[in-house]
Amino acid sequence: MISLKGFITRFLSDPVAIVAGTVLLFLVLMAIFAPFLAPQNPYDLMQLDIMDSEMPPSWRVGGDERFPLGTDAQGRGVLSTIMYGTGISLLIGVGAVIVQGVLGVTLGLVAGYRGGWIDAFLMRLADIQMSLSTLMIAIIVLALFQAAFDANTYADYAIFMLIVIIGVAEWPKFARTVRSSVLGEKNKEYVDAARVIGLPPRRIMWKHILPNTLTPVLVISTIQVAEAIMTEAALSFLGLGMPTDRPSLGSLIRSGFEFIFSGSWWITLYPAIVLVMLILALNLLGDWLRDVLNPKLRRGDD
Amino acid sequence: MHILAFLLRRSVQAVIVMFVISLIGFSIQDNLGDPLRELVGQSVSEQERDLMREEMGLNDPFFVQYFRFLGNAVQGDLGTSYFFKRPALEVIMDKFPATFELVLGAVFIFLSLSIPAGIYCAIHRDSWITRFIMSASIVGISVPVFLTAIGMVWLFGVELGWLPAFGRGDTLELPWGWETGLLTWEGLSHLILPSVTLSSIMLPLFIRLIRAEMMETMSTDYVRFAKAKGLSTSRVRYVHAFRNTLLPVVTVGGLMIGTLIAYTILTETVFQWPGMGFLFLEAVNRVDTPLIIAYIIVVGLIFVVVNTLVDFLYTLINPMVKLPGAKS
Repeated sequence: MISLKGFITRFLSDPVAIVAGTVLLFLVLMAIFAPFLAPQNPYDLMQLDIMDSEMPPSWRVGGDERFPLGTDAQGRGVLSTIMYGTGISLLIGVGAVIVQGVLGVTLGLVAGYRGGWIDAFLMRLADIQMSLSTLMIAIIVLALFQAAFDANTYADYAIFMLIVIIGVAEWPKFARTVRSSVLGEKNKEYVDAARVIGLPPRRIMWKHILPNTLTPVLVISTIQVAEAIMTEAALSFLGLGMPTDRPSLGSLIRSGFEFIFSGSWWITLYPAIVLVMLILALNLLGDWLRDVLNPKLRRGDD
Repeated sequence: MHILAFLLRRSVQAVIVMFVISLIGFSIQDNLGDPLRELVGQSVSEQERDLMREEMGLNDPFFVQYFRFLGNAVQGDLGTSYFFKRPALEVIMDKFPATFELVLGAVFIFLSLSIPAGIYCAIHRDSWITRFIMSASIVGISVPVFLTAIGMVWLFGVELGWLPAFGRGDTLELPWGWETGLLTWEGLSHLILPSVTLSSIMLPLFIRLIRAEMMETMSTDYVRFAKAKGLSTSRVRYVHAFRNTLLPVVTVGGLMIGTLIAYTILTETVFQWPGMGFLFLEAVNRVDTPLIIAYIIVVGLIFVVVNTLVDFLYTLINPMVKLPGAKS
């Protein structure tokens, strides 16, 4: 571990980290304050006018100052939909990683501390689930969900379903990381001491061992948020994720894709740029965090 | 002897997984949509409906129906597609060659690029080319596959007009009924953009993986010993180190088959490639339950077979692997 001061010094001496951190901060703030900053509210049907549809960005011929990045086919300002959409993508990404973290940390802690058949069973389950691929599981579950319910019910539960599915499908990553840290910690003296004075296992697990396993959890969390956002975007692009009236970045790209050939490239291009910037910033920060906090962890064998 | 026991155990496991998949598939079919309505529409009276229901065995207990489904499935009958009015398995198998050739093209591209790049990055750790490749790979990982696809369609298909961006073009039928696009220039030209797209997402992952494994092998004792023995550098690198890098790469590659199948769905959607993934999404939009179930079962089978084969291969090649259940 390194001190907070050392951490900040490392951050300020790495240009890549500064740029990635700034971009991420900017996007997060933009998403949080979208209701105050956005030129229009894309969810408010009263503000939409079909006459405004498919306008190019304001600096081009036929553009309008009200819509700096142009409008989509329904007359929504692309800038406004991006600001709101980034929020939905982030919400699903962070929400899914919280679900992954809670499930994964709990199961990893139990598997590592208890050992025996619980450990064997949980790790076998994790192996199987990891090899199935999150995107594949999510595609199939959401496809069935969509086939089983009508479009309105589906739209109401889409956010919730996406968070739960991406969350449940990826718990093994956290569980494995925590488990291996627990295996390293549980034979140390402080754990023995806690056991000798008769503390219950639950207390030892949560109060004594858990705090010492959190560094790698923090590292993978960042990269997991990037992956969750990417999975959500892919699902929404396939039409299995967020509906177009409450679009995430993925559904914005989906709705723009139809119009790319009629020359309305801005509907697709701008959300795509924001999506890639968001994922790239998170990935770069994740890699940087890993190098700073735990040089032994490596991406690729997680 | 215990290798045989291991193979047997692994095969039994594969059968169990398929059994579970079929059970899930069947319970979905049981709960999703009414096959009778799909068959006869709304025009038939209530009595006739009940009669047909009884005749078709739809009133039988769950497990009786399930075993009937399983019995049919083993014989290759996965139901009839509501939309195509043809056996669902037949519809899927018609699309299989397209997906297979797409994956083949992608695997060919990313293997022929990632192996040299991975080896290079492992050997010349600090060269600027390595730094460039490693930074490019993190950018590559951060671009979702459907965006690469859209970019390709827009740039090479629309703006430059160099390559066809949609469909498969004309195909030739091989004697055993396999529709191939690999034998004509038209077919190949249609394959380029989709397979480059599909490989673009796997490429950075493989470069990183090969580099990491190669770096690890390079620091093992036997490689250092080979160097100390005075073998030529290239022999040490390619015969001693690289050969042992291949094993984990094959394993991880095999385990990524699920991810690869998911990415084919995305790629096929953008390029309107007439493969299984595209068919699956159409089936979802049409609520064509038998076709959805058949797809899940076929993909599950591919997945289980590939994973089992990789496991076998790994056990047979690597003498160091400790067989579960074997005496230590």
